[in-house]
Amino acid sequence: MAVKHAKVKSAGAAQSPLLGAAMFGPALVYIALIIGGPFLLAIFYAFSDARIGSVHLHYVGLENFRSILHSPAFHQAVQNSIVFTLSAVAIVVICSTILSLALEEPFRGRGIIRFLILLPWVAPVSLGTIGWKWLLDSIYSVFTWILVSLHFFTIYNAPMWLGQPHLAMASVVCVHCWRLIPFATVVMLAGSSAIPKEIPEAAGIDGAGFWRTLFWIKIPMMLPIINVAVLFSIIFTFTDMTVVYILTDGGPFDSTQTLPNLAFATGIEGSDLAAGAAISLFLVPVLVVVAYFMLRMAHRAEVV
Amino acid sequence: MRGNWRRIGARTVHVLVLFVFTVLLAFPFYWMLIATFKQNLDMYKTDNNPFLFNLPPTLENLHLLFFDTRYVRWLGNTALVGVFVVVITLLLAVPAAYALARLTGNWGERVGIVIFLTYLVPPTLLFIPLSRVVAELGLQDTIWSLVVVYPSFTIPFSIWLLMAFFKSIPKELEDAAMVDGLSRFGAFVKMVIPISVSGILTVVIFTFTLVTQDFVYALTFISPEANQMVGVGIPIFLVRGDVYYWSSLMAACLIASLPIALLYNTFLDRFIAGFTVGAVK
Repeated sequence: MAVKHAKVKSAGAAQSPLLGAAMFGPALVYIALIIGGPFLLAIFYAFSDARIGSVHLHYVGLENFRSILHSPAFHQAVQNSIVFTLSAVAIVVICSTILSLALEEPFRGRGIIRFLILLPWVAPVSLGTIGWKWLLDSIYSVFTWILVSLHFFTIYNAPMWLGQPHLAMASVVCVHCWRLIPFATVVMLAGSSAIPKEIPEAAGIDGAGFWRTLFWIKIPMMLPIINVAVLFSIIFTFTDMTVVYILTDGGPFDSTQTLPNLAFATGIEGSDLAAGAAISLFLVPVLVVVAYFMLRMAHRAEVV
Repeated sequence: MRGNWRRIGARTVHVLVLFVFTVLLAFPFYWMLIATFKQNLDMYKTDNNPFLFNLPPTLENLHLLFFDTRYVRWLGNTALVGVFVVVITLLLAVPAAYALARLTGNWGERVGIVIFLTYLVPPTLLFIPLSRVVAELGLQDTIWSLVVVYPSFTIPFSIWLLMAFFKSIPKELEDAAMVDGLSRFGAFVKMVIPISVSGILTVVIFTFTLVTQDFVYALTFISPEANQMVGVGIPIFLVRGDVYYWSSLMAACLIASLPIALLYNTFLDRFIAGFTVGAVK
């Protein structure tokens, strides 16, 4: 402490790297230990035969990757993860753009409407998903009740929302969108409030109609913030396992199995740590791409 | 005349869009509210209109939840973990953010962005190795495993939020304090922290809500029912055999969600400012 003190005095009000390092160090060490360390350990496990309960582990080279790449469940999970992510992100971006435009201007009751709209994002994810599990119940689903009362189905041939492969995937995507739309909407609201109002107004005075102003002026000006929403949505969707685990746990017949859920099923429930770690490493390429685009965006913001 | 119709049309569409989205997004919570007070005979009869109370409302489900399950214990565990994680996060993130904002010069900004990116490393990538680390530390099946691991995602985002906050404080304040004889660190403790209360409060709320949002780590590290967090206890343990106590489940979800949602909602704009990564200036 005394050493630091002297350093500060000599540096005066200017920057003091030593004190900076002392204040920043503990956080850095913690992050390195809890994120960096386990990340390296995941890579190490992926090349070993680690299992829950066994003490010794051996280097097995690419054996885990070879057996994963040959497993049909893995192929299915990759395919499902891609479908899950692309469809959810597309729906989220379209819906949240519309919703953020609708919420842009102040109106009476905006506060309460915003709170209701935000509920899915601010409530704990597993609890909201449980609500959906009841809404999509095979017998007591309210949607089934509505369809039956409108005579689209009888109670005996009603759709099983989580029990039929395509329908289950659609349900999982919808529930995930339900959770992400509020988040993407507030991100976009933050962006659209930064756009100077004069420009769309001037376009209106010059005779540009609503759609023209929207597609040629407003949306292009919102693009940077839409990009932010897209990048976060990709990460939150591709790496999510809560919604899938609670609603279907990958079923029926692996039709909603995604990479994170398969990693959990293999590594923790199946005790095969090595294979589970290898599967979860397939999340990394997507993370790297998203991180690259975020860095580029942050860099551009710094330069401008 | 034509313009008038247009305006009415635009207004109708506006109201309609808001109405549809609000109903779709809030509906599950409304459904939880109804289910909370429904009798079982009413819940499990497909002929009944599910939107109505076909039998008189009851408090029995709440009674079951609070007295015959470990719900209260789970809420307590969650609060306890939240408090510890908040303390660890503040102790590490506040000085680190200040260092990056003020003391480390140009590369502080860049390190800040790298720190922010670690927030994006998902639990689903780390839970397998961390499950072994937790076991080695002897913390398996206790809430202390979560107290150790949760700061790994609360610290990075908190540093990022606080960095922006500290930068908005005029440097002259600290300079003046140092001229008055305080050291740099003294100026940080006595000047900067007191005027940063609102930024620090944001971090407290954010950390607490993130703790309640986690599912993966709590599911992986903890198996005994009594030591669970509320987010895992409800979906995993409130299911008895093949019988779901749906009414009590829905009550449990609603009661745990609302306070967190209210808190989070109050501070939301600040978190979102953090999420926009400088795309908004």
